[in-house]
Amino acid sequence: MAIGTGSTSGARGGRRRDVAGYLLGASMPLLAVAVALLVGAVMLLFLNADPLAAYGALIEGAFGSTSGITQSLVKATPLLLVGLGICIAFRASVINIGAEGQIILGAVFATWFSLQFRDWPGWLLIPSTIVIGFLAGAFWGFIPGILKARMRVNEILTTVMMNAIALQFMNFMIRGPLIDPAGVTAGQYLAQSEKLPEQVWLARLVPQTLLHAGIFVAIALALVTYVFLWRTTIGYRIRAVGLNPDASNYAGIRVPVYQALSLTLAGGLAGIAGAVEVIGVQHRLLDGITSGYGFSGIVTALFGGLHPLGTIPASYVFGSLLVGADKMQRAVQVPSSLIQAILGLIVLFVVGSQYWARRRAARRVDTRVSLGAVVEADETPA
Amino acid sequence: MNEAVLATIVAIAAAALRLATPYLFASIGEMFAQRSGVLNLGVDGIMLVGAFAAFYGTLTTGSVWVGVAVAMMSGLGMGLLMSVISVTLKAEQGISGIGLSLFGLGLSSLLFKVLVGTVKTVEGFRPVQIPVLADIPYLGDIFFSQSLPVYLAFLLVPVSWYVLERTPWGLSVRAVGQNPAAADTLGVNVTLIRYACVCLGAVLAGVAGAALSIASVNLFQENLTAGAGYIAVALVYFGGWRPVGILMGALLFATVTAIQLRMQVLGVEIPSDFAVMLPYVLTILALTFSANRARQPAALNQPFERGGA
Repeated sequence: MAIGTGSTSGARGGRRRDVAGYLLGASMPLLAVAVALLVGAVMLLFLNADPLAAYGALIEGAFGSTSGITQSLVKATPLLLVGLGICIAFRASVINIGAEGQIILGAVFATWFSLQFRDWPGWLLIPSTIVIGFLAGAFWGFIPGILKARMRVNEILTTVMMNAIALQFMNFMIRGPLIDPAGVTAGQYLAQSEKLPEQVWLARLVPQTLLHAGIFVAIALALVTYVFLWRTTIGYRIRAVGLNPDASNYAGIRVPVYQALSLTLAGGLAGIAGAVEVIGVQHRLLDGITSGYGFSGIVTALFGGLHPLGTIPASYVFGSLLVGADKMQRAVQVPSSLIQAILGLIVLFVVGSQYWARRRAARRVDTRVSLGAVVEADETPA
Repeated sequence: MNEAVLATIVAIAAAALRLATPYLFASIGEMFAQRSGVLNLGVDGIMLVGAFAAFYGTLTTGSVWVGVAVAMMSGLGMGLLMSVISVTLKAEQGISGIGLSLFGLGLSSLLFKVLVGTVKTVEGFRPVQIPVLADIPYLGDIFFSQSLPVYLAFLLVPVSWYVLERTPWGLSVRAVGQNPAAADTLGVNVTLIRYACVCLGAVLAGVAGAALSIASVNLFQENLTAGAGYIAVALVYFGGWRPVGILMGALLFATVTAIQLRMQVLGVEIPSDFAVMLPYVLTILALTFSANRARQPAALNQPFERGGA
């Protein structure tokens, strides 16, 4: 079945006739977030906490200061990169749960590479480190991709297992081959890598904050992903495979190849997120480098309607939510796990609310059996 | 020397049965959901909520039975939520399951931090020596000196087989998973069957969580399951959607884990990170090379639309 019809499906087939329907479709994710926050408020009431104070602290934390806003953008960067990969995979009806592991692979190899070639000048080292991150993440996505294509192994399960394997791999690397030699000499075996050479650090955009140039990389890649998915033959085929695998197969598209490709590219983008996190924020590899972005990136992409351009504002929204949650925890002692629960509910409500979008679409187009119908239905710009 | 080797083997085997228990509850529950055509990927989240509920119930009342009851109730609640989203609203099941898992992870952490705060242990289920049988050398230590949930988990294997293969209700479940349109024509209520199977699976996932928190480690911490729920889902595929296959898979997985834990205790020269990796690598290999895929319920992961495909 086709997934990822999301908020854009309201636009299909009748942009001029059905503006109200489109607005309804586009507002579904917002509604889902509102309902999820409402449920969160009820949970807080049960726990004898004041929802208004909690959400007030959250909003104040996210938007009330320069540090809140820049910190949100810092978190939006990996969310956007992961979300772009999710857009590609989900558009091909390939469910990539493996972004956590793909981020880790990207981060580990980016760290190793920039330490290995620490003599290189920044203009060479930065782009090649990012490319290495892409390749490492892509490799981690390629494995479940090829297993799905060749052996029909369920990618949902393999990507989850690959996350666990990647985590152990990183644990090994930061306690073994990549451990900070200075720390070892000092007698403290901290599980972290050596500080990366300074010329690989991404430029800081606002003094005294963590905001770094990686956000431009992410936004540029969002545009590239949009052009790729909507303006190239390969991207078109990826979307066709997702909308109707049978029709695509009949039209001569090698469905497994494009499914494997989409998973590989998704892994690559998550790998870049890992590399950028290392050279932009932490300047070294350490425990918890993913911060759960692999999962919150899924929420981000769904909220963005699985559209690369929609994912840009979505990433800022969820970056703010995560930053606000941290500040809420400190200000009013409501655990930030609340936001994790709310993220889960948002996913449930967004995919649940697509029911109404599909019903509207079904009333307009009886069936989408031919590829021609697929194309026609999807060529309406979102 | 021989005695020491034997003792090690007995310890590994006994540990394997204990470790297999949560997987058995969760996987057999998930099997019901999948046989009815619903892929519930939220097992991990349900297990976490169940584990916390069991822990908290036991902590506050001192009764493990209250703990189990609360775990089952919370599992049912999570199952209903999943059913509404995946069956009634026909959402893409893989994604809604991830949502449910995230929700369960967040909710159980939130409740733990607010209601408990620090790591505490509870008095969980104690080993029950089965008279006479427990005295059999070696075998008695492996099979007949376990806690009650372990016995129940293994009892669940034949019981679930009987329910699924030999009762009218089981036939309906299988029909709904294979060909919901045909089952619908014959008057089977597809929606009701799927609700029942998802909820049954979720209740068992809640019990699986309880088996972790009050029959194994006797405590709760954030993300206690560490992804065990996903492995439980994988075991359903590996086991070919049959109780016996799932039993084999769970035992294999648990034995590898038990050996790995033992190796760490004995200080075998393998980096522990790679040892921990082993079960996951094994799962991927098992999924890749098991010949069971043909047994997959035909309508798995496909929402049912009356009069539509």
